[in-house]
Amino acid sequence: MSQAPVHREPMRTMLKTRNTRRVQERFIEYGLLACALVAILTTAGIVFILLKETIAFFGKDGVSLWDFLTDTQWTPLFQDPQFGIIVLLSGTFTSSLVALAVAIPLGTIIAIFLSEFASEKAREWAKPILELLSGIPTIVFGYFALLFVTPLLRSVFPGLPGFNLLSAGIVMGVMIVPYVASISEDAMRAVPMSLREGSYAMGATRLQTALKVVVPAAFSGIAAAYILGISRAVGETMIVAVAAGTQPNLTLNPFDQAATITTFIAQVSKGDVPYGSVGYLSIFAAGLALFLLTLVFNLLGFWLRKRYREVY
Amino acid sequence: MGIADLDIVRRQIQQAKRGDLIFVCLGLAALAVAISTFIALFGNMLNDGLARLGPEFFMNYGSRHADKAGILAAWVGTLCVMLVTAAVAVPLGIASGIYLEEYARKNLLTDLIEINISNLAGVPSIVYGLLGLGVFVYAFGFGKSILTAGLTLALLILPIIIVATREALRSVPGMIREGAFALGSTRWQTVAHHVMPAAMPGVLTGVILGLSRAIGETAPLIVIGTLTFITFLPPAPITPDFPFVSFAWVNSQFTVMPIQIYDWTSRPQAAFQANASTAGLVLVLMTLLMNGLAIWLRARLRKRLKW
Repeated sequence: MSQAPVHREPMRTMLKTRNTRRVQERFIEYGLLACALVAILTTAGIVFILLKETIAFFGKDGVSLWDFLTDTQWTPLFQDPQFGIIVLLSGTFTSSLVALAVAIPLGTIIAIFLSEFASEKAREWAKPILELLSGIPTIVFGYFALLFVTPLLRSVFPGLPGFNLLSAGIVMGVMIVPYVASISEDAMRAVPMSLREGSYAMGATRLQTALKVVVPAAFSGIAAAYILGISRAVGETMIVAVAAGTQPNLTLNPFDQAATITTFIAQVSKGDVPYGSVGYLSIFAAGLALFLLTLVFNLLGFWLRKRYREVY
Repeated sequence: MGIADLDIVRRQIQQAKRGDLIFVCLGLAALAVAISTFIALFGNMLNDGLARLGPEFFMNYGSRHADKAGILAAWVGTLCVMLVTAAVAVPLGIASGIYLEEYARKNLLTDLIEINISNLAGVPSIVYGLLGLGVFVYAFGFGKSILTAGLTLALLILPIIIVATREALRSVPGMIREGAFALGSTRWQTVAHHVMPAAMPGVLTGVILGLSRAIGETAPLIVIGTLTFITFLPPAPITPDFPFVSFAWVNSQFTVMPIQIYDWTSRPQAAFQANASTAGLVLVLMTLLMNGLAIWLRARLRKRLKW
């Protein structure tokens, strides 16, 4: 029997490598932590820059927080500018409402169908297609709204202007459908099988089980899907900027044209406003309003989503 | 129970079953609406834009004459911006994912980071544009350059990559780590040699999805002041003199595909709108290809992995 050569390391070197390795490990951990902190820095950067420029905005002559919240005119680039954020909010509100009127029924029906009725195979086909649909760049949806949906709608409603909130809202709704459907479906699939089996055992049909057992059980997840959908609609820029017009307009009528908060920001930045001018600062004030609005929806949505995850 | 009662029960059962059938039809109709929208969108673009698609469309700059205009500056710009975005977002995103999944202890800082990431994923993209405008363009003085655009989009897709990395790492079973630890590996050795290779396809899926999102983003780039009309390319990255590599291109002005489409769409002439649909076609094919690749990768991964 031959003895295998034994590699003996002196104790000192072993301890030394172990120590260097420990230092190395520490460095790596802190390096990774530093990368993770970028997320905090980004949020801090967003909040800081929005607040800084908004405060500068309200420091300008003729701009006050009261007027910002109550004025019914939005004319930032006029000689005598007026800033009533309500005007832009009305456009955002109306287009989002149209989008939700499309996205919530369609998204919910698709989610129930895929989760409770469709076979595994059908689901495997439908989900990637929906995912592809949600991957289409929004500017392409904007093009589609302006040059396909609007002419189509005008053949139904002859008086419809070339730019209108209706067509932008509808296309935005279709864009959000996959998003709403996939979050609601996740929530419904998280409902334990035993609940369904209990319902079937009592003689309920699939539809009865879906509507009276699964949907109520998954309710907070479905609500989260709706709220995150709203947040999407409120923050969407390109579809409304292309198809809904850029004229600020205090209206709740989807057949009108109107600018949303996002349209206004895009419109002003396209015009290359000088740094520090009222126009430049006003897009940050509008951006802060948008950020706060979506933040409320997002926090609510995440809270609801977390809840359904914890129940089962 | 009499015969009459049984009949009532039977009728109720019939009715309830009819409800099922009606809902299946409704579900199929809803899916059909979503999918036919997709087909209409694609068909409409093919119809309007296919005629202009050709080699010279890719080799021409923008022009006042619609039939001479092309997307050379736009696709080169998109490529350059994506290079910067990927170079920043991929390492940062993967490193953050690794930290949160493999290193982080449950404490206030970790919670704060997690809340931030899930919130950032919901911030409208145009707000990232404002961040880019205020911080990168003016505070850091990068100007309206490829660097600014790349960094802005990198921050935008960071949450997507982080979330995908975490999910991929989470799906690697603990016994892999325990095996490595048992053989005396340090934490980093465990992660780098054993966990990451197993999680790689999932991470890659996230990276592709993130980049495909970045390619199609328009709003933040409008806000940072991307030009719409450009007739030059960024300086070449390879130079004849030592050191042969030049990063001057990151400071160059640029335009990108979505901005070009936006510009052409908002013009009144039908010829330019046809150009927009051709460019849209190219952009959609690009993102579809990337998303399709990501979905395929994920499906393959699910089939192959049986721990």
